[in-house]
Amino acid sequence: MTKSELINKLAARYPQLVAKDAELAVKTVLEAMAESLAQGERIEIRGFGSFSLNYRPPRVGRNPKTGGKVSVPEKYVPHFKAGKELRERVDYPE
Amino acid sequence: MTLTKAELADMLFEHVGLNKREAKDMVESFFEEIRIALESGDGVKLSGFGNFELRDKPQRPGRNPKTGEEIPITARRVVTFHASQKLKALVEESYAGNSVQS
Repeated sequence: MTKSELINKLAARYPQLVAKDAELAVKTVLEAMAESLAQGERIEIRGFGSFSLNYRPPRVGRNPKTGGKVSVPEKYVPHFKAGKELRERVDYPE
Repeated sequence: MTLTKAELADMLFEHVGLNKREAKDMVESFFEEIRIALESGDGVKLSGFGNFELRDKPQRPGRNPKTGEEIPITARRVVTFHASQKLKALVEESYAGNSVQS
């Protein structure tokens, strides 16, 4: 499923809204989530999961082309942990 | 501070002009449609944000950490998330040189 398919599903769920509203809603939610992570703030969606940042310490890497050493600074990377309901619904039935 | 469904609904109320009820339902439906797709075995690609993918994990040997008893960890299907280059870059830029807790 792509973003535009998600927008179409939501537009179909809410026929009383104009289609543009579903599009704007999806964009607003995704932007808010991205912005939240960019500010180092966690996201917790009950029944879906949580997003947080994981620390990656600085390290010395290699330029694969030249073999030269490059220092890679510390950074944070987004991390998702599925919540209980999502985990159970996605897994094989018992 | 944590972003939750309540804050997302507030943003839809303020920026999209949905009423409070619609905003709350829309946020719930947003995540429910993603769950429905994943549940049916379909990955979800949200360009600019990231992709939710499904991985089938085979059974592997495990152990009860309390008793030391060997129990197999059953085969399962799990969701993984891969942030887009755009989201990774946004997080890295905002954090370059700052120290934060996650």
